[in-house]
Amino acid sequence: MVKLNTRNIKRENETAVGYLNNLDEGQTENMENGYSEVKVEGLNFFYGSKQALFNVDIMVEEKGVAALIGPSGCGKSTFLRVLNRMNDLIPGTRLEGRVTVHGEDIYDPATDVVKLRKKVGMVFQQPNPFPKSIFDNIAYGPRIDGQKNKAVLSEIVEESLKGAALWDEVKDRLHEPALALSGGQQQRLCIARALAVQPRILLMDEPTSAIDPIATQRIEDLIRDLCTDYTIIIVTHNMQQAARISDNTGFFLQGEMVEWGKTSQLFTKPEDQRTEDYITGRFG
Amino acid sequence: MHSISEKVMKIIFLICGLAIIFFLAGILFTLLSNSWPALREMGLAPFITPGRWNPGAYGEPTYSLFNMIYGTFMVTVGALVFAVPIGVAAAAYLAEIAAPWERELFKPIVEVLAGIPSVVLGFFGLVVIAPLISRIFYIPSGITALNGAILVGIMALPTIITLAEDAITAVPKEYRNASLALGGTRWQTIWKVTVPAAFSGITAASLLGMGRAIGETMTVLMVTGNMIAWPESFLDSVRTLSANIAIDIGDVVFNSIHFHALFVAGLLLFAITFLVNLLADILIHRNPEVNK
Repeated sequence: MVKLNTRNIKRENETAVGYLNNLDEGQTENMENGYSEVKVEGLNFFYGSKQALFNVDIMVEEKGVAALIGPSGCGKSTFLRVLNRMNDLIPGTRLEGRVTVHGEDIYDPATDVVKLRKKVGMVFQQPNPFPKSIFDNIAYGPRIDGQKNKAVLSEIVEESLKGAALWDEVKDRLHEPALALSGGQQQRLCIARALAVQPRILLMDEPTSAIDPIATQRIEDLIRDLCTDYTIIIVTHNMQQAARISDNTGFFLQGEMVEWGKTSQLFTKPEDQRTEDYITGRFG
Repeated sequence: MHSISEKVMKIIFLICGLAIIFFLAGILFTLLSNSWPALREMGLAPFITPGRWNPGAYGEPTYSLFNMIYGTFMVTVGALVFAVPIGVAAAAYLAEIAAPWERELFKPIVEVLAGIPSVVLGFFGLVVIAPLISRIFYIPSGITALNGAILVGIMALPTIITLAEDAITAVPKEYRNASLALGGTRWQTIWKVTVPAAFSGITAASLLGMGRAIGETMTVLMVTGNMIAWPESFLDSVRTLSANIAIDIGDVVFNSIHFHALFVAGLLLFAITFLVNLLADILIHRNPEVNK
């Protein structure tokens, strides 16, 4: 598989060559800053008067896969949507605490939510391609960002599809409707679409729960490939999946982050009794 | 006992349902049978080829509806050019942006607009729009095709707003979320994802609004001047098919060719609106978003 970090492409570059030359420039910069990729301190989250998250602290380092597990309704998806402020769309939500992405307080009033969401991409539970062609789906993000150059767009579409391991399957039918693809292909298309905006972080909200086992395996392989270039935070209801693909795991229970640590550690020697009960199948 | 009353109720409701079909068939039959004497005498061609409408001419009356078909077309298209952008934008606002209380306030207003008697709207055209047009374009009279187009556009607005809003609301929220999560602004999301996804529903809404506009009689009759001559532009007077019927029906000789010729005009109107509504219906049912 061809892998390319397309993250730090400068948008003013009008040529595909210039586009590719700028790769990796920003990465060294990030290292020097010494920030955690995502740092959450004392997070409380409310839907109206109902509290959904209680005093969550977490530090996610750059690259790799962080999995969030826990029973339904434990707040793991809510937590995920805190990170790209998708909860803003739900009326009556409220948040306390501090959430920083790469050193920036994303709930600061001065934060540009649109910019944040370009930096923190998201893949949803149900594959949700637009009712447009495959090409137009991928090109959507760059286009709304003002990219009009056809050559650049084609380059981005190809790289993004290659990045999501979908290129070989669709390269001859880029202008056919995306909704004609299979569920697994649609989900990889959604991943490609997210990659096209050059995010630093990819949030995935149970990305394989609506997909058959073989397609699930392809997406799991893809996640492992992508995590060398991107920081991936994935919510999953499937513990085996978390164990297979993640480097770190967080266990949520009733809005609390019960335990957070190395996946190997959490699944073999959990520190908290509740974690042990959950992963050994005593509840959930 | 119980099952008998059940059956009786079922039959009563069935009869009510069938009545609709009966009315439609009856109207169509009336139109056809009363047009027939004129069509038998002259065929369809003289009605739809260029010429004059002069049924009262001594010796050689002419019955060309050509200029009026064109007049109807002008008023209808003009109305759509005016009403579709406003209607779709208003629908997008209601469906995507408006706070719940704004929606609560706005929707009854749209319904009131739909309920205004067309005669009253005609007054508005005469005393407000007409002077405005004459002042803006420096013409002696604002009684023009443009005036009719604007008023009919206003009349089509409630249909377009209501149906387009339904179509936009029916777009799955997953599309919006996808766009917003990609860093799309609300504005970009509405115009590049939601409205295009609702496109066939919006087109259907426009066509149904158009169906309304084509048949509209009273308002148009009051504000377009009803000249039979070929209109050169929107600033000329026009006569529409429906206005023509309303004007002539008062003093036509019963069962004369002139009388039957008016039914031909009615038949044409019926055919046009039927086709437009059919097209709208096909579009609505082809639209997977609305069907969900």
